[in-house]
Amino acid sequence: MVQYRQARFDASFAALSDATRRGVLEQLGGADASITDLADKFHMTLTGMKKHVGVLEQAGLVVTEKVGRVRTCKLGKRRLEEEAAWIERYHRLWSARFDELDTVVEELKRKEKIDGRKRKA
Amino acid sequence: MDARGKREPAVMKDRTTVERKSERELVVTRTFDGPARIVFEAWTRPELLKRWWAPKSTGVSLVSCEADVRVGGRYRFEFGHAGSKPMVFFGRYLEVTPHSRLVWTNEESDDAATTTVTFEEKDGKTVLVLHELYPSREALDGALSGMEGGMPEQFAQLDELLVTLGASGGRS
Repeated sequence: MVQYRQARFDASFAALSDATRRGVLEQLGGADASITDLADKFHMTLTGMKKHVGVLEQAGLVVTEKVGRVRTCKLGKRRLEEEAAWIERYHRLWSARFDELDTVVEELKRKEKIDGRKRKA
Repeated sequence: MDARGKREPAVMKDRTTVERKSERELVVTRTFDGPARIVFEAWTRPELLKRWWAPKSTGVSLVSCEADVRVGGRYRFEFGHAGSKPMVFFGRYLEVTPHSRLVWTNEESDDAATTTVTFEEKDGKTVLVLHELYPSREALDGALSGMEGGMPEQFAQLDELLVTLGASGGRS
């Protein structure tokens, strides 16, 4: 199980390490698109785009479906759920820390002001 | 995230941003309403660090917090959590530039990151950027996926901390 997960993560992150592929995910986040659409949008050959989509598909980030002669791409269900969940927790930790740090900063500012006034007096 | 914030996305309300900048980097940013010298002070005086590094909402507390903030100086943070082993984070300061920059190592694991914090003052406010550089893509992937299983102990502990934080945050 652990190894399976690890493998899935490795595939996800390999998929995400490329700017074009991240762009494709962003694009598909807005609307489904055919490989031809994507190739046009990213100024790339059909073959090149097929490769990128293949990598995303293997990582479970994208699913494709062939209807007639057109292969349509959409976001895979799993998408970035797992990475997003981790980032979200990490975010919550820092956010909580920084809220406390705000309080400390406020206090130091007040103290500085009072000390300043004392010095003048 | 309280009941009030539940209906709006966290991003709208939250001034802290987290981004995976590359395969080896995570970046956290936040602006503080105070001059850089004050924010820097809060990162470099152990008695102040202690007050915010383990936020109350996490349910953990800093049992000890030693930080010798100068180049080559060491730090050691020990967290306590009811009913579990204390978690220890430690390393060494590589750069200390007053009011503008701190760099330290995290030595609790071989895969741990090097952390750089920069403080940039603008109109009395301080833009803080915390940058974590992992030794390899695998190390960062491991840190990210570590939450799920097969994780180094450190991340298990962090996970625990974060779960507590999530629970007290009232999110579904």
